Amino acid sequence: MIPPPSGDSEPRGSKSPAPPPLQLDGVAHRFGRRWVLRGLGLRVEGGEVVTLAGPNGAGKTTLLRIAATLLRPMRGTGWIRGVDLVARPGEARKGVGMIGHSAALYEDLTAAENLRFSLLMKDLDAGREQILGILDEVGLSRHADTRVRRFSAGMRRRVAVGRILAAPPDLLLMDEPYASLDTEGVGVVNSMIRRVVASGGGVLLSTHDLHSGAHLTDRVLTLDLGLLHEGAPPSRPVTPTSVGTPGPRESQA
Amino acid sequence: MTFPNAHTTHSHGAGAAVRRALAVTWKDLLAEGRSRSNVLAVILFAGTALLLFAFALGPDVNDLRRAGAGVIWLTLFLSGILVFNRSYQVELEGGALEALLSYPGSRRPIFVGKLLANLVIVLLVATVVLPLAAVLFHVPLGNGILGVIAILLAGCFGFVTLGTFYAAMSSRSRARDVLLPLLLFPMLVPLLLAAVQGTGAFLAGDGMGYGGAWLRLILAFDLVFLTATLWAFEYIIGD
Repeated sequence: MIPPPSGDSEPRGSKSPAPPPLQLDGVAHRFGRRWVLRGLGLRVEGGEVVTLAGPNGAGKTTLLRIAATLLRPMRGTGWIRGVDLVARPGEARKGVGMIGHSAALYEDLTAAENLRFSLLMKDLDAGREQILGILDEVGLSRHADTRVRRFSAGMRRRVAVGRILAAPPDLLLMDEPYASLDTEGVGVVNSMIRRVVASGGGVLLSTHDLHSGAHLTDRVLTLDLGLLHEGAPPSRPVTPTSVGTPGPRESQA
Repeated sequence: MTFPNAHTTHSHGAGAAVRRALAVTWKDLLAEGRSRSNVLAVILFAGTALLLFAFALGPDVNDLRRAGAGVIWLTLFLSGILVFNRSYQVELEGGALEALLSYPGSRRPIFVGKLLANLVIVLLVATVVLPLAAVLFHVPLGNGILGVIAILLAGCFGFVTLGTFYAAMSSRSRARDVLLPLLLFPMLVPLLLAAVQGTGAFLAGDGMGYGGAWLRLILAFDLVFLTATLWAFEYIIGD
């Protein structure tokens, strides 16, 4: 049985002065007759990295797409920094950065042009010097004027990372961020995660590769049968997680 | 090296929406300009279609002249389908559509930006179609050329508005190549009638002053199409 949405206009349980980067409440979604998400709740605190694990088809991507306002949940709602992502998706997206399965770049544009377009769409200044600086940070300054069509999968992923670094978001969502990356590329992704965390943002990532970012992760949640469980599969016994459980790093702080 | 949050955020509101729309137009035209083969293919298609229409109608100059206005518009409509499909194919190729949709704010500037880019390309095709049709169909452009250009601009705007909208609607369907004309062409019938009649009137010298009336009707269609598609785009491009 799917619980009904709360209908609240403000997130519940928020005691900190600043609303958390992400809070989901009673989120449910189905494709056809199959409920992929069954009324789950999740809270990602500022400065926290939450890793989503789970088998293929468990609904990890669906959950990330809902958090990114790319998919409207059939039940329940959520808030990004206190902004209702169902009622005011355009405003909620202001604080979100997402790296999906693919790098989401335009093949016939150069790396610099792809970054410029991204900055323009966020209504930010897109000067050549700034763009070259970002590309330098992800190790692609020498390829600034090369069309993305000629890039390897790893290089494309770096441009996508550059897009995030250009304007660190309040909430960073990543779907399999370590796919197709060499060791250096993994380091670039991890430095991006550190940057977002250092600026007070939250990170929610789904991955099958629990090792590459293990040292950055505060909590691992497993999505299975439409619900979230604390801990990584399958080594630990799983128990339903409580919404808003602080991560180890936060507890220590 | 750090990058700030040192980027300046511009003011929001209408100005931001215009800048975002122009960014989409810039990106689409740049990508099309780089892969010139696509625009060239559309122009070649339009030229071939005109030739086939001319052969099909036979050698009689009066028949050709009478059909001229209709053939011009049918050729533009058929060529436009290729432009509209391509417009969203670019987004789907690298999975860029989701990134495009995840930018902050309303999604209407995306629609407006794509509309403008498509309009530029369709008008580019029209600049080839019109003189070529004048030669093949013995259409006299001298007298009412300004009126014809006004009808072309207004008609293409309405056509591209609907085309860009339905292309977005069908973009994620596997059958989009078939779906787009099936959705679009029935909606274009009133515009087609007005555009053909208006173009015909101006080409004939517009002695009765009907051309201006058809033009006003097309402009009214444009307004209705733009209002409706702007309102509906946010819903059809989302989930």
